[in-house]
Amino acid sequence: MPITVNRQPGGLAIVLSGEIDHHGARVMMQQLEDAIARDLPMHLTLDLSGVTFMDSSGIAVLLRTLRQMNQLGGTLRVTAIPAQARRVLDAAGVGRLITLE
Amino acid sequence: MKAIDQTTIVFTSRSANEGFARACTACFAAQLDPTLDEVADIKTAVSEAVTNAIVHAYPDRIGRITLRLRLLAGNLLEVQVKDSGVGIPDVEQARTALFTTGNEERSGMGFSIMESFMDSLKVRSAVGRGTTVTMRKRISKRREGTP
Ligand SMILES: Nc1ncnc2c1ncn2[C@@H]1O[C@H](COP(=O)(O)OP(=O)(O)OP(=O)(O)O)[C@@H](O)[C@H]1O
Ligand SMILES: [Mg+2]
Repeated sequence: MPITVNRQPGGLAIVLSGEIDHHGARVMMQQLEDAIARDLPMHLTLDLSGVTFMDSSGIAVLLRTLRQMNQLGGTLRVTAIPAQARRVLDAAGVGRLITLE
Repeated sequence: MKAIDQTTIVFTSRSANEGFARACTACFAAQLDPTLDEVADIKTAVSEAVTNAIVHAYPDRIGRITLRLRLLAGNLLEVQVKDSGVGIPDVEQARTALFTTGNEERSGMGFSIMESFMDSLKVRSAVGRGTTVTMRKRISKRREGTP
């Protein structure tokens, strides 16, 4: 299970883990979409602490999640970003679109 | 440029081989004693190139991907990813950030990431023949005896 969903007052905190490449991204995206559709959270925090590798496929996962949260009128924060994932997100300028902490 | 060491790995364009290609590259690069950041950069770049071959080169069939790893003089690592897929009609356009012919699972950042994580990136492609991506990165020489 690459995602762990924790309900919090006002929203959801989801911990992602494992390798987010093209091979793993589809299952993760589906699980994220399902979790968001189920709870319709106003605030979503994605905790990347368990992510051991991420490439551009992970960028697409984050941007799609952002779009889903925008449609709900909710907010997205990405936290506990490991160094390798951080370099990928910085290289792609994702920080201009999503709050990275 | 003559290679000091070289290995070639051929695999199919199944997505499970993305992790395999990263692991092979990291193992080969280990002889250069790279830092953790350098290993991470190399793995990310090879992941982008191999994913492109899997997703774009062979959109509706399983094809062959060749990963050639070379160690060149001056602590230089060369990674080459070659496919015999559909090819790229306009390489310059393809290398532009955010350009993608893919679906919503793609962000058009693969080539930009390869470029920023490696020292050089060369893309040769012919429509209907395939694509060869060649990247090089100089690995910092850590002084002997220092931890
Ligand atoms: N090996 C290849 N064979 C055929 N076309 C390719 C190949 N590699 C890249 N391309 C083309 O170049 C475009 C840009 O590639 P790039 O890796 O930068 O972005 P992407 O793969 O579309 O998205 P991302 O890498 O962010 O998931 C692709 O959309 C595709 O049209
Ligand atoms: Mg790509």
